[in-house]
Order: sequence, then C-alpha cells, then structure tokens
Amino acid sequence: MSPTSSKRTANQRSDSVLSLRGISKTFGAVAALTGIDLDVAAGQVVAVVGDNGAGKSTLVKILSGVHPPDSGTITFGSREVEIPTPAAAHKLGIATVFQDLALCENLNVIQNLFLGQEVRPLRLNDVAMETRSWELLRQLSAKIPSVRVPVASLSGGQRQTVAIARSLLGDPKVIILDEPTAALGVAQTAEVLNLVERLRENGLGVIMISHNMADVKAVADTVAVLRLGRNNGVFDVSEVSAEDIIAAITGATDNVVSQRQSRRKEGSTS
Amino acid sequence: MNVTTDRQDERLQSREGLRGAITDVVERARGGDLGVIPVVVGLIVIWTVLQILNPIFLSSANLVNLTMESAAVGIIALGIVCVLLVGQIDLSVGSVSGLSGAVLAVLFVSQGLPVWLAIGASVIMGAVIGWVYAQLFNRFGVPSFVITLAGLLAFLGLQLYVLGSKGSINLPFDSGLVNFAQLDFVPDWLSYCFAVIAAAALFASGFFHARERRRAGLSAKSLSTLVARSVALLVVLAFVVWYLGQTRGVGWMFVFFVALVLIMHYLLSRTKWGRAVYAVGGNVEAARRAGINVKAIYTSVFVLCSTFAAVGGILAAARLAAANQSSGSGDVNLNAIAAAVIGGTSLFGGRGTAFGALLGIIVIQSISSGLTLLNLDSSIRFVVTGVVLLLAVVVDSVARKSRTSHGRA
Repeated sequence: MSPTSSKRTANQRSDSVLSLRGISKTFGAVAALTGIDLDVAAGQVVAVVGDNGAGKSTLVKILSGVHPPDSGTITFGSREVEIPTPAAAHKLGIATVFQDLALCENLNVIQNLFLGQEVRPLRLNDVAMETRSWELLRQLSAKIPSVRVPVASLSGGQRQTVAIARSLLGDPKVIILDEPTAALGVAQTAEVLNLVERLRENGLGVIMISHNMADVKAVADTVAVLRLGRNNGVFDVSEVSAEDIIAAITGATDNVVSQRQSRRKEGSTS
Repeated sequence: MNVTTDRQDERLQSREGLRGAITDVVERARGGDLGVIPVVVGLIVIWTVLQILNPIFLSSANLVNLTMESAAVGIIALGIVCVLLVGQIDLSVGSVSGLSGAVLAVLFVSQGLPVWLAIGASVIMGAVIGWVYAQLFNRFGVPSFVITLAGLLAFLGLQLYVLGSKGSINLPFDSGLVNFAQLDFVPDWLSYCFAVIAAAALFASGFFHARERRRAGLSAKSLSTLVARSVALLVVLAFVVWYLGQTRGVGWMFVFFVALVLIMHYLLSRTKWGRAVYAVGGNVEAARRAGINVKAIYTSVFVLCSTFAAVGGILAAARLAAANQSSGSGDVNLNAIAAAVIGGTSLFGGRGTAFGALLGIIVIQSISSGLTLLNLDSSIRFVVTGVVLLLAVVVDSVARKSRTSHGRA
C-alpha cells in the first residue's frame, strides 16, 4: 500500500523547528487525526497533501491554536509546548495564513497589515507603519505599487502577498499556508510560489497545505501525505513522482487518477 | 533624483507639488472615490434653488438659524455615523433623544435638581440604553434593526410616561442651558481667532507629518499644497464668520457640535479604536482573527450612539425651552439617519467620516428651512427630504460601481 522505498524514518531531525509526535484529535465519534508525526526545519518547505477529509484542516487548526489536540506532543525549538489559543500560537512564532485570507477590503494595505497591532494606539504612527510595511513587502519582493490603496483593488495574488506579509509582522519561525494558490490564476500562482521560496530563503519553516501536485513539486522540499487522519508517508520531493504521491493520497496505485491517465494515454496512442 | 520608499514602483505616476495634488483629487473623483464632492455639489444646487425661490434663504439671519437648528440633530447623526460604520443601525435615536429631553425637564423643573445633575442623569441614561442594546446584540445575536425598533416604541412610551398627564414641561428661560441653546453667541473676535487657530492647526499638523514622512524616506505633501490648503480653509472660515457675524454670529451650540465632530474625526481616523471600527464594518471575521475584541467595539459604538442621541435630545429641549410629547418624534429619527447617509456614510458598513454628519445635517436643515420659508406644508418637506435621501443613496451606489470598475472599491 504505502510506498516504503522512499519513505523517511520518522526520527526527529536535529535541525527541526517544529515537530509533532503522535498527535490525535477526535470530534465525537470521528477520529480526525490519529498519531500524526510531522517535522519542519528552518528553511524547509513541507507540503501537507491529502484527500478531502484527510485531516489537513484539522492539523492546521491544531497548529494555529484553534483546536487543542487530544494527545501527542508538539515540540517547538527544543521545548515541548502547548498551543491552547491563536494568541499562543502567535506568541510562539507560528503564523497562519488561512485560505480566505481574512483581509478587510475597505482598509488599505498598511491598515490591514497592522490591524490589531497598530503602532501607538492613541495617536497612530502612520509613518512608522508605512515604513515597516514597505520593508516587509520588499523582503517578499512584492509587486504592490502603493500601500495606500484599499485591498479591494488588489489582485488575488497581491492579496495573498498582503496576507503573508501580515503573518510575517511578528517575526514568526514557522508559517502555515492553507491552500495559498487555490483561488489564483497561472501568473498569480507563480508569484505566490516565488513568495514561498523567498520565505524559505529567509530561513522560515513553511508548512504548505495544497491540493495541487504541480505546486507541491515546484516548491516543496518534503511532502507529508495524510490519509484518513493518519500519516501515509513522508517523501523527498526530488525523489518521488507525482504518481507516487497520488498513490499515497488515495491509498492505492490503481486509483481513479492513474486509471484516467492510462485511459488518456491509450486514447492518444490509438 | 532621490526616489522615496513609497514611490519606487515604476508603474506609479509621479505627481509633484500643488498641481499634482489637484490632479490626484480629480483622478480619484473620476474613479468613483467621490468623498465629500456629491454632498457639496448637492448643497450648492439646493442653496441656489432655494435662494431663487426665496431671497431671504441665504440671508445671514436665516443661516445663523440654520446652524443653530443643525446642532441637535447633527449630534444625533454623529452617533448614527458610528453605528453605520460597524454595519449596524440604531432606529431609536429619536425616541432616546425625546426621552432624554423629558428626563432632563422632569429632573430639572419638576424635581428641582441642579441643571448639571439633570444633564448628567440624561446622558448616563443614554449610555445605559446603548449598553443594553449592545448586550442584547452581543449575547443573543438579535439584529440591531429589531432591537432598536423595539427600543423606538418602548422609549417613546417611557417618554410619555415620564412627562405624565400634562404632556409638556417648559424649561425656565433664564437657565444657562436654554441660554446656551438660544442666545449664547461667540464674540466676533473670538470667532475669527477660532478660524485662524483652525487654519494654523491644519497647517502645523500637515507640516509636521510631512517632515516626519520625509525623514523616514517617504513621499510627502509639498509645502505649497499645505499652505494652499490652510489658506483656503482660513478664507472659507473667515467668510463664514464674517457673514454670520452680520447678524447674530456663530452660536456656542454650533461650536460645540463642530468640536464633537472634530473629536470623533480624530478618534475614528487616528486611533486604534477607530481602525477597529472600520475593520469590524468591513469584515467582522477578519477583525476577530486580527485579535480585535469585536464585542467590545460593538458595545462602544452602541453606547456612543445612544449617548449622542441623549445629548442631542437635551440640546433640542433646550432650544425649544420645553420637553413635550412630540420631542424626538416624527422626522428626528429619519433626519439623523438621512444626514449620515447623505454625508457619505455607507449603509453597509466600513465607509464614512465624522464630517459626513456635519455636511449631511446642513443639507437636511437647508431643505427644511428653505421649505418652511416658502410656507410649504410639512407634507411637501417630507417628500423633498425623502427624494434627496434617495438621491444620495443612488449617488453612493453609482460611485460604488465606479469604484469597483476602477479598482477602488
């Protein structure tokens, strides 16, 4: 079933920033996650893939402090930690960019970046905030012409950039991107993938939830496959084919996707 | 040339100095970011028409009256701007203002309490009403529309109960409160001082802000723009003061209203609380995830709105020198909401300014005063006000479409 040839041993890497061991979570009678292990190192992009209901979102929620896990340990840096609230995750240095981005369209880029953490609450320091905004955006080589325009006027890729830049404000060590390219066009997807690479260059650990094999192959270093709430293999992206990943996701080499591909091949040769 | 941090993108067109600033404004208006332009244009049209119909309309005496009439409902509209900004509504401001006037009159006249105590009690009562609304809204999730509709009826009943069988209580003419609302005018020299101070303050804040931005390597408004802006403000204010000074001058009550507008403008645009208000109106979920205490923001806004309604009610009672059963009823509610909307506050939340309340109420009061001068029935006044309100909302909708197509929504 699960391809063991390229499967990595789950022993903890010495340089990992964030390690999960044996994370389980049940909702009522449903075991959403069972004994999940995951490691992220600084400067590493880990793609978490899986079918619908594989537990990807639950994993994100545990890491971002929305749901606490039922059992298992989370090690951040070298300490064992608990993440009971979103604020705790933020404080540790785990930033999450949710799929819907959570931006206020009526506010401009600066106002969105600093929302809830404005400089000088009783007499806002716009100058400091604008300077810092430009620093962040430059750091991401973002293509946003002006930070004084409302977010409503930005493209999908630019909004994703703003959301990612906002998550960088607290100098996080690990950043979680939930389906960052799901709603984007070809060019915008490429922009966001560039952005992910830049995060890696800046030494952050990146966890990227994705459905898109092409994106995963393009930027990830490691792919962790979830299937029905369990680990179903961790692969080195350079050594694995998209077919193998799909096989791990669906749990069979003979699956709908491969059948379809072989059908198409036959169709084109005949 | 040394390019500032925020001007490095080659797609940005650079516009320098005063000419550039004017071009920017024109461009923004074309893109549907109209700001106060529609209400100013509307005001000019309304004033021209009314002046043609009745030459007394733009006389100094009538305009002085207009400013004095604006203050009470204008303050209520200021509260409405706040609730509209978070995407909610308060329909009970009229009743609350009437109740507040009644409570004031009963405590001050019937019970013989000192006037400041009566005022304090009325204002606190307004704040408590807002707090109760907020609790109902936050805890039970009842739409603010329904809560305040219930409040509209309940507080109207309470107002009638408080006033008792007589139904009307006169305030003594020699009290400071009635004086403040009817007879207290700023001396001419002080009015001019206010105008100069306002222009100087505008220039100083702009100058220091620009200097700070230049030091941080950001683009800033040029000195010529700042000077032109301040001089324009000075000329306008000095003209207003001079013209109103031909008769009675500028009333302290109007100054009080403008001061409240300025305070609210500062709070909304320059504080963390103001940002949170706009954020809640734009996207509640995003605000919550950004760590904003959304419930506290709703509470603060409902309390502020009812408090302003109470203050407006006190001033209305003082202006009339009486509190009666019709105080705060009829068109007060709709005038306050119409003023906020005409002033550019969006009914859908997240867009609007404190100055909108000032401009909006002047439009509403102009129509009301102009039609009264023409000896027209209040039936026609209602119709005209309704049409103007509709027009304002249509302009807002068209501008929103234009903003979307120009990428400024």
